Amino acid sequence: MSQSHAIEVRGLVKKYGNKAAVAGVDLTVEQGEIFALLGPNGAGKTTIVEILEGYRKADSGQVKVLGFDPATKGGAGQRWRNQIGIVFQSTNDSADLSVIETISHFANYYENPRDVQQVIDEVGLREKINAKARELSGGQRRRLDVALGIIGSPQLLFLDEPTTGFDPEARRSFWELIRTLKAEGATILLTTHYLDEAQALADRVGVINEGQIIEIATPDTLGGRNNAPAKVMWLENGSTQEILSKNPTEEVIKLGQRFNGQIPELQVLRPNLEEIYLRMIGEVK
Amino acid sequence: MNSLRNTLRIGVLRGGLELKQFLRQRESVVFTIFFPVILLFIFGTVFKDTIAPGVTFSQYFVAGMIASGLVNTGFQQLAITIPMERDFGTLKRLRGTPMSVSSYFIGKALLVTILMIIQTALLLIFGTLMFGLNMPSDPSIWLTFTWLVILGSACSTVLGIAFSVVPKSGRGASAVVSPIVIILQFFSGVFFVFTSLPSWMQQFAALFPLKWLTQGMRSVFLPADFATQEVAKSWEIGKIALVLILWLIFGLVFAIRSFKWSKE
Repeated sequence: MSQSHAIEVRGLVKKYGNKAAVAGVDLTVEQGEIFALLGPNGAGKTTIVEILEGYRKADSGQVKVLGFDPATKGGAGQRWRNQIGIVFQSTNDSADLSVIETISHFANYYENPRDVQQVIDEVGLREKINAKARELSGGQRRRLDVALGIIGSPQLLFLDEPTTGFDPEARRSFWELIRTLKAEGATILLTTHYLDEAQALADRVGVINEGQIIEIATPDTLGGRNNAPAKVMWLENGSTQEILSKNPTEEVIKLGQRFNGQIPELQVLRPNLEEIYLRMIGEVK
Repeated sequence: MNSLRNTLRIGVLRGGLELKQFLRQRESVVFTIFFPVILLFIFGTVFKDTIAPGVTFSQYFVAGMIASGLVNTGFQQLAITIPMERDFGTLKRLRGTPMSVSSYFIGKALLVTILMIIQTALLLIFGTLMFGLNMPSDPSIWLTFTWLVILGSACSTVLGIAFSVVPKSGRGASAVVSPIVIILQFFSGVFFVFTSLPSWMQQFAALFPLKWLTQGMRSVFLPADFATQEVAKSWEIGKIALVLILWLIFGLVFAIRSFKWSKE
């Protein structure tokens, strides 16, 4: 295994009792990439991510994160942690400390921290700088979590469902922040329930179900989305007509000739990421 | 970067942060720091007798209260707050940073030491003003007092961290830990004169550090000739040091080996 990959996983297995939560996963994430891991609850996302973060030990398989085995104990693991940042799913800690106190304190842990004031601006907590964590709203609390995840200038950032509970505006500004981090060269592993988030941010997505990766592809080509038949819909004889076509342009041209110009209420719909995803994990046939 | 120096530096920073968080929780301030003073006030007011010529019960009680203060601020406080930190995700987050576990332990030890100094000072000032406590005048006795506080705090801290794996959740921790402490206080001669307890109670208490700490504090605050009224007819200073050191080693090994960052 070379160090040029940010994450390299081969044959990863993790069992709880007799049940395999992760049943033979191979995964490679390149440096500077945003990789989204999608999957229903209980699919094994969190287990994989926690093995990569060093919280759990794999039963078998090889794991290299920034060229390092996260299960290694002792001082080497601490040095490795200088290069990673983790944003947890839901937290409730440091309730009695203010935003600035918490972020400045965590900056001390790292060899090469980002500027505290700059991080506060980036996550949009300037107005809440002296508020106690307990006084923050759900979305503001998540932004504090993100600040603590990026304060150490990580090369690799783990984001576990980062925008749960955000309003649309906060999500947009969060996405901007993630793109900035990527532009600075960080690698990002994201798990999310929001398909539009994966679409907006990820270079590649991996769909996981029942402990196995079903497919890894770019958001636009996942599940053959780019080649999937598109739905062409229009209004005719007082009701909506629809056909599925592999070649929708041809259908539209034919319709245009038939209506001699304007096709009433024309729509051409490609399957969106959510439909493809739901089909893949077997929720929708 | 010198890693030992860095561990110490972050440990000291954590100590400051721990203290700041502690002082912002009013309940814990009252419970941990003022409770012993309140108990001294109650016991000192109710029991006005002398238990030996020139030795009031409050004099005897202060010795026990300082010893059990070490158990409160160290063992009890940590064995309750660490499971809560585990529930809140504080420990998981720290585990994900380059901070070393030693820095975390140093921070806790600093918190306990600072609280202990505040609490002991309050007890001594309040006891002197309200009940006319006699302070030892011999510097060698203050030396004994100092090592008792240091060794007792260290012992109490590591045992609190070690015991923090026992409570299943932060919410239930107090119900598990507090009764143990209260029973040990009764058995160890904090609330009653130790020699008046049944011998099985004395022998049970002798297995744990609180009995020895209490006895050590009596050697500091009671007249030298009171030693003849102890069970062993002596303060047994050497034995006190030995028992506390053994518990310290046991607690340290157990704390390091069993410490859990998260519930799983």
